[in-house]
Amino acid sequence: MDQFTGTVWILGDDIDTDIIIPTEYLALKTVDDMKPYAFSPLRPELAGLIKPGDMIVAGKNFGCGSSREQAPEIIKALGVSCVIAKSFARIFFRNAINNGLLLIENDQIQKAVHEGDLLTVHTNQYLEHDGQKYPIESLPDNLLDILNAGGLVKAMRKLNGLD
Amino acid sequence: MTRPMTMAEKIIAAAAGVDEVRPGDIHTVEVDQLMSNDGTTHLTIDMYQKQLKNPHIADVSKLVWIVDHNVPCDSPKTAASHKKMRDFAKENGITFYEGQGVCHQIMMENHVRPGELIFGADSHTCAYGALGAFGTGVGCTDYLYAMVTGKSWVLVPETLKFNLHGKLREGVYARDLILTIIGQIGANGANYKAMEFGGEGLKTLNMSDRICICNLCVEAGAKTALMEADEVALAYLKEHGREPKHVFTSDEDAEYAQVYEIDLGSIEPIVAKPHFVDNVVPATECLGVKIDEAFAGSCNNGRIEDLRVVADILKGRKVHPLVRFLIVPASNAVYQQALQEGLMDIFMEAGAIVMNANCSVCWGSCQGVIGEEEVLISTGTRNFKGRAGHPDSFVYLASAATVAASAVAGCITTADRL
Amino acid sequence: MAQTFIEKLIARNIGADSVRAGNIVTVNVDWVMIHDIFIPFAAAKFEEMGFTKLWDPDRVVLINDHLVPASQTDDTRHLRVGNEFAEKYGMTHVHRSDGICHQLMTEAGYVKPGDVVFGTDSHTTTYGCVGAFSTGIGYTEMASILGTGKLWVKVPETIRVKITGKLAPNVTSKDIILTLIGDLGADGATYKALEFVGDTVEDMSIASRMTIANMAIEAGAKCALFRADEKTAEYCQIPLTEKELSLYGDEDAVYCRTIEYRAEDFVPVLACPSQVDKIRPAKELQDIAIDQVFIGSCTNGRLEDLMAAAEILKGKKVAPFVKLIVTPASRKIYQEAAANGTLQILAEAGAMITHPACGLCCGRTGGILTDGERIVATNNRNFLGRMGTNKVEIYLASPKTAAASAVAGKIVCT
Repeated sequence: MDQFTGTVWILGDDIDTDIIIPTEYLALKTVDDMKPYAFSPLRPELAGLIKPGDMIVAGKNFGCGSSREQAPEIIKALGVSCVIAKSFARIFFRNAINNGLLLIENDQIQKAVHEGDLLTVHTNQYLEHDGQKYPIESLPDNLLDILNAGGLVKAMRKLNGLD
Repeated sequence: MTRPMTMAEKIIAAAAGVDEVRPGDIHTVEVDQLMSNDGTTHLTIDMYQKQLKNPHIADVSKLVWIVDHNVPCDSPKTAASHKKMRDFAKENGITFYEGQGVCHQIMMENHVRPGELIFGADSHTCAYGALGAFGTGVGCTDYLYAMVTGKSWVLVPETLKFNLHGKLREGVYARDLILTIIGQIGANGANYKAMEFGGEGLKTLNMSDRICICNLCVEAGAKTALMEADEVALAYLKEHGREPKHVFTSDEDAEYAQVYEIDLGSIEPIVAKPHFVDNVVPATECLGVKIDEAFAGSCNNGRIEDLRVVADILKGRKVHPLVRFLIVPASNAVYQQALQEGLMDIFMEAGAIVMNANCSVCWGSCQGVIGEEEVLISTGTRNFKGRAGHPDSFVYLASAATVAASAVAGCITTADRL
Repeated sequence: MAQTFIEKLIARNIGADSVRAGNIVTVNVDWVMIHDIFIPFAAAKFEEMGFTKLWDPDRVVLINDHLVPASQTDDTRHLRVGNEFAEKYGMTHVHRSDGICHQLMTEAGYVKPGDVVFGTDSHTTTYGCVGAFSTGIGYTEMASILGTGKLWVKVPETIRVKITGKLAPNVTSKDIILTLIGDLGADGATYKALEFVGDTVEDMSIASRMTIANMAIEAGAKCALFRADEKTAEYCQIPLTEKELSLYGDEDAVYCRTIEYRAEDFVPVLACPSQVDKIRPAKELQDIAIDQVFIGSCTNGRLEDLMAAAEILKGKKVAPFVKLIVTPASRKIYQEAAANGTLQILAEAGAMITHPACGLCCGRTGGILTDGERIVATNNRNFLGRMGTNKVEIYLASPKTAAASAVAGKIVCT
């Protein structure tokens, strides 16, 4: 997908993994069972409002905290097409890539965009909002390999001669 | 000359300020103590605050409030009900315990006196009969009425008399005795009645045994259980720094609804199978039933005497690797005693899970709950369907010895078979 | 050529002469740790990936700690899946109720200096206390390691933290790491290694170093590193050879930042609600009333922590209407604390002592709070809603500050 457009939800700095999915719900059977509780400590209504194709724009250190992989999985399961943040915590970053959730680092768009705005992502090139362009960087090759394989599970299946 | 009376009748007569009472009479009584725990106190407070015109407490010194059911707290919801209870107790100067043990054990250690009439907003309040007190469980409406007026009404119960003879064999416990009795008379065999225990066999039972027996009488439907406060009971009382209110004994010629003669020597290890307490069979009939969890604790069997039995069995052995064995002292005092005796070290060495003093999985809402299709063997009070967790799970009740032996074996067994 | 600690460690692991920060390399994994919360997911992904055996069953450790004892009926499914996985793939290292994963990984003799370790938990950084490179990953990556024994990593840049001098008696390593996180910010060390040096660090017990390494993740760090010494060797029950001693950061290596502290400048601090980097001195927070105190976790549930608390609580009672919950970090610690009288003192003071496990720190049970309640806790996170509703205020502190606050019923500066 070279470019895609979505509606923006705004979150702040240091959105931690306990906010994305509280520990209380981590023993539920599936990610779909957990999905309704996404972001519940901060905005209990948010999970019900997010529509497939929406985007999240956040501040610094998005996904800090625990290694729970349900965090990116749930965001992906809600249909969020990408998370744009000033910076990402590292475990969250790896988990997102491994699950095929696109993360984009950019620290300018936050000043311009408001909740409900439309934003267009030109993959590996720039973000476009209200006629303005915001350049973004491409991912390193080893991560693109995982993303291109469709996530780490698929990459490993290939390794094991399954797909 | 008044009519001959049972202990239950005498305590009610005294509480009602009358010379004599008869089974079936309804009397207004002065209640000596009012115990309530976190199972229902928040509801009592709601009624107190919202439904009374002039809310007040008749005598705050009679109230004892104990947080023991979900401790430490497992959810914001229970935390909120604890907070409500704590704030109310603080504001009104109510004697308050939190996290110090199971309510009935705390009451026995610190509050119950022979001759008292005590209401508890918990069914196992009948445990107090071990000290010759008339303890009975009430709902929060009855509790609230007594809290506001200091009084309540009681229907004088008929009494079933159990004369105990001889003594329990080695490896057989009070738990086996009371389960046998409940099996014999059925889960409603003592409905509305008092169960009174006497006979020379009672002298062979220590306080822990007696509490265990009285505690479980509600599982036969009993309104209360009673034992004469003899030298064993009075020594316990003294040890805990209290004096009796009054030592009542049943008159020789008192009327009983029924009298049972029990030969203690004939009792054998018993298991109550799912899902009723009176579904009892000899433990030997359950041998080999695979278990996932074992629990030694509760107001029924979480005392130092029980923990010593468990330690004797665990010493030098390991809990089966696939069994979760929860050992939960009935009170902080029991916990400390066990620490001093080195029991905690034995439990830890054996691979058991030792929790803080609380109701734990006997209450089954947060600590050590069992999952779908899982089997628990427990010294808890009840084995109702879903009591310990998942609706489709199974609870067997047994003595601390049988529970500990089963925890080691990974399936139900008796201590002598290890 | 001068190298940082992490550069030397990774180079040795992959058999290279040297690596540089920024290089992407594939490391050979010495140990992995999976805990009960994530085992069903790791197991499912492992099989979905098409693996049929573990790369090395003796290098895989499964630890039940978040769900011990179970607080919800579904929890036991995790325990069952773990048992089944361990049996199916011939795992020998399974701890079902022995304590918190991060305590056990070094205490039970698995991780040694120089090892490369991954765990399905962010606080896996803890094992840096014995000079190992350890960090948290998700369960998909865990599944891939279970099959291959390998993982790609980007060699991190290093922030060097040098601390010299003697700490005041009321200050612990918790105050150091909280202060550092406050200074760096919650993302101040993201993707980076934190290397700790200086005589203050050398004087510290392994337990105190663990507290620091454990919380490195709260500044975003990929790992924390302490050079192995005699204490490390004794703790790990290994001889101290050139192999261990040679792992340290060269003075003239390239550090992205060097921070120096004087031990004497540290004071008792707390992390205020609801960010770990919102650090304030205890002195400025005195008299804030509290409802509960929690002493435990992989951050501060060790013997020295319990003993520090007992020293303060001895002969005293927890303030009326305040709860004190103590959760030792491991079975071994529980036994030691029982043997030396520490648990007795805590119980006499009115503490509820629970079985060694994550307890309240992971927020599933163990002392959950409600709206308007305030807690002082010795664990590692005070995120919004972590211990109950989003109107619970969590203050993080050292065991000393926590114990003293329990007695006073309010935050105090010891």
